[in-house]
Amino acid sequence: AMEDVSAKFVSQKISRTRWRPLPPAALQPPDLFATGSWDNEDNRISIWSAGDLGNAGLNGEYHGEPHLLCDIQHNGDVMDMQFLDQERIVVASSTGTVTIFRHHQNNQTLSASHRWEKAHYHVDQDTSCGAAACTGVVCNNPEIVTVGEDGRINLFRADQKDAVRTIDNADSSTLHAVTFLRTTEILTVNSIGQLKIWDLRQQRNEPSQIFSLAGDRVPLHCVDRHPNQQHIVATGGQDGMLSIWDIRQGTMPVSLLNAHEAEMWEVHFHPSDPDHLFTCSEDGSLWHWDTSTNVSEKPSFLHQGGRSTAYLSHSTLNQSVVSAWLSNDPTKDRMEITNLIPNQTLSVNSLDVLGPCLVYGTDAEAIYVNRQLFA
Amino acid sequence: DTVPPQVVPGADPSSRQLCFAWGPAEVLVCETLFGREGQGGVGAAARALTGSVAGTGDAAPSSSRVFVVRKDQDIYIHTLRKLFNESHGIFMGLQRSEEELAGKSRKAQLVQVSKNYRSVIRACMEDMHQAAVSTQDPALQGQYSTQVSILSAMELIWNLCEILFVEAAPAGPLLLRLLDWVRLHVCDVDSMVREVLSSESPSKHKLFWNVVDIFVLQGRMDEARHLLSKEASANPTSMNMYRILDDLMKKMPVPSLGNTQTLTELELKWQHWHEECQRYLQDGTFASNPHMESICKVLLGDEDAILEKKELMTTWYHFLVTRLLYSHPTVKPMELRFYAQSSMDLFLGGESSPEPLDMILMAAFEFEMHQVIKECSIVLSNWWFVAHLTDLLDHCKLLQSHNLYFGSNMREFLLLEYASGLFSHHSLWQLGVDYFDHCPQYGRVYLELHIERVPLSTEQKALKVLRICEQRQMHEQVRSVCKIMAMKALRNNRLGSALSWSIRAKDAAFATLISDRFLKDYCERGCFSDLDLIDNLGPSMLLSDRLTFLGKYREFHRLYGEKRFPEAARLLLTLMTAHIAPCSFWMTLLTDALPLLEQKEVIFSAEQTYELMRCLEDLTAGNPDKQKFQDDDVETTKVEMLRLALARNLARVIVKEGTVDGS
Repeated sequence: AMEDVSAKFVSQKISRTRWRPLPPAALQPPDLFATGSWDNEDNRISIWSAGDLGNAGLNGEYHGEPHLLCDIQHNGDVMDMQFLDQERIVVASSTGTVTIFRHHQNNQTLSASHRWEKAHYHVDQDTSCGAAACTGVVCNNPEIVTVGEDGRINLFRADQKDAVRTIDNADSSTLHAVTFLRTTEILTVNSIGQLKIWDLRQQRNEPSQIFSLAGDRVPLHCVDRHPNQQHIVATGGQDGMLSIWDIRQGTMPVSLLNAHEAEMWEVHFHPSDPDHLFTCSEDGSLWHWDTSTNVSEKPSFLHQGGRSTAYLSHSTLNQSVVSAWLSNDPTKDRMEITNLIPNQTLSVNSLDVLGPCLVYGTDAEAIYVNRQLFA
Repeated sequence: DTVPPQVVPGADPSSRQLCFAWGPAEVLVCETLFGREGQGGVGAAARALTGSVAGTGDAAPSSSRVFVVRKDQDIYIHTLRKLFNESHGIFMGLQRSEEELAGKSRKAQLVQVSKNYRSVIRACMEDMHQAAVSTQDPALQGQYSTQVSILSAMELIWNLCEILFVEAAPAGPLLLRLLDWVRLHVCDVDSMVREVLSSESPSKHKLFWNVVDIFVLQGRMDEARHLLSKEASANPTSMNMYRILDDLMKKMPVPSLGNTQTLTELELKWQHWHEECQRYLQDGTFASNPHMESICKVLLGDEDAILEKKELMTTWYHFLVTRLLYSHPTVKPMELRFYAQSSMDLFLGGESSPEPLDMILMAAFEFEMHQVIKECSIVLSNWWFVAHLTDLLDHCKLLQSHNLYFGSNMREFLLLEYASGLFSHHSLWQLGVDYFDHCPQYGRVYLELHIERVPLSTEQKALKVLRICEQRQMHEQVRSVCKIMAMKALRNNRLGSALSWSIRAKDAAFATLISDRFLKDYCERGCFSDLDLIDNLGPSMLLSDRLTFLGKYREFHRLYGEKRFPEAARLLLTLMTAHIAPCSFWMTLLTDALPLLEQKEVIFSAEQTYELMRCLEDLTAGNPDKQKFQDDDVETTKVEMLRLALARNLARVIVKEGTVDGS
């Protein structure tokens, strides 16, 4: 419910929010997150404490807004951001630079620990101009993969000065996002509606597989892979459409689901509960897609306290899969979707989910934390 | 009425002549080389404009400076961004709100909106106060403190407007609201109370009677009685006097918020109580205690007695409300103006002249809404306040009749100014869009003018701008954004990106230009770049003839690569005969036909071969000699080879077709 959400106006437009990963076998919910800003004269990377657990009430409900622990200036818009480990964050900049920032927890400071200047560029890397925005970054410690407006793919290692591998002109259009499929394979999405798989072991500068949307080739902006079933991939497009792909077969999406009215900026499967998926959009909405509910026990339309809830039907083309995301069984193939932000007007640029917690940031210069996502 | 002149800090019009240019939200002011005596020439002015530094610069006589003068200064104050963003949400909520809600619930809704705006101002004030306390820099501290007092004045004005205009409290409740208003804004008494109460014997404290007086002046009777009881217990000789005063204070009739008593009832009770106070004062009950006596005089509404405590009230409007409480508790809204004016005159007593804030509050008490808005526009360094307040009053249907002699109505005029200020900010421009949307007359035009000036630093930002334009069917601006992005991509040699931008804008001319670049690259390198894009053009291929050709030509190469020769041959020929291919490309196409003509198997039919021959002859006949002359050798050889290959193919195909027909 909305009352579980705490908000803070931060006087900068937020382009990325990321929970700090939890140490293995941690029982606590996440407590720290990072944000990056965009379109400011002075952009910043900030580390926030989600809230003081000491302030929690008797029933364990959470009070208080996020508070700033430390921040550091960042050159250019923050285009993407990913924690490498508990202390390091990799940040993609509109200047084409990729920077690793270290969060020193003992004295609550941030410092730049490594920087790849102009990892993305047009024409010539050595001139002062012609930088290209780095649009996406993904980490699998110590490996870091970045993509950019220059259509280039870089593979870095956190401990090495130079790129391990660079695929120049990997894509003739803009690469918008990247994620790992397996340890040696990555997925990219581009501005002509294509999803590509790249095998980094192969020396060929060609994707190993290309999937694409039919028809109008709507640009794809974000991509995420199902945490347990690696063949299931979700992407979000310029028209706000959520596409689910089964990369074992076909070249087209298994299903197209419509909820947003403008660009979908991020899509995330819940990392430990992948029946749940979250998407956010330029239209100012944040949808929670839930395939875990047993629909047969519920009425087909619900309206609870201002939330708009609806069940959608899959238009599935696929037959032989068990996952709820790919299922086409008419009795089961409906999902509950809920807009978590009614009445928002400006873009929700980023979201992150971990455990029971959701954090998101907007162009209305606010960050929101929901600590009881499944309450 | 005159508007005070604006001084551009640093510019000195006494030594240099200044020139200026209007911008959409800013004014550029430039020092020219023209002195006051008229030295310098025409050329000097031109030189003055180049090589100057915006905002700052040395005051050396040879250099000139350009100043960017902003109409809305406060837009750039970092700590106010919270105010702009949060109030944007409230503004949008108000625009969406149900106009058809009836009477009371609509009023309650509007009052709530007003309260929300005020709570944002207060939150911002607290942040600013925190910032002032925590900073070490005295200059910054001064800045923050100034902002705190400006915000506090804004909230004070807004609150009064809320009581008088939005809620339009009637006689009775009106006084209660004004009391709340005074308590909220006038001197912080709580710390003084704490100090007094925490001392060993509160009634001996030097501030004791001050605190009691403040409570009485603000009508906080229970608190005043509580304090007085301390005095009574510490000083048994005054016990009787105390009992009487306490009783009077307890019995004082006050207006109620509900409908439990009529105004007449209240006036009767009040008259009765007033007479009782009068009796005690006249029979000298409090004569031995000047403090209690003066309190009794205050209860009777004695103006001199109240004015004696001027220092404790600090403002004339506190004096006004205290005066109303003890002499006219059932004051009607329309009577306020008389009491307000006389209270101000009495309080200031000719010692000081009223400040702008006083004039604004006075205008509010006089129900001169337009005067309030006008004065605020002049005094405050932002458009935020007047734009939002006016919009709210407009939603209360209080400004309907007022049209300006320029532009549209006042609400729209002020919203346009505010939103233009937002658009001049590097980051807040997104908020401005929604304000323009709610300006029915000129909002669209303003948005069109401003949105084109947003710098498109990344594709992501361009996409956001584009979405704003597309949602509003601003085709001109959509084309402009896409063209800028396509040009950028083209300059960076990103043909693929350039093409997708022109496809998005449905810009056929630009798609043709890019297609030509692709074809040129192909002719130079012998292979296609950006195959992933060209192979996936889909329906967008039909955007321009050249793009269609590019796509089809690439399809020919794919068919050829897949050894589907007859299909490839048919396509190649169609490209020429259907005039899809530009003439300049025919030679390349004919050369592409060579390997097909040389295949073991016959691919082109006799008819197709004749057509190929006609194409070749059209091309060589149409070509002026001049063209041939340049690369004579290569061209002649090519033509000769083609003629030979075509002739051989014709021979083979005649034999083949003859054989097939014969059998």
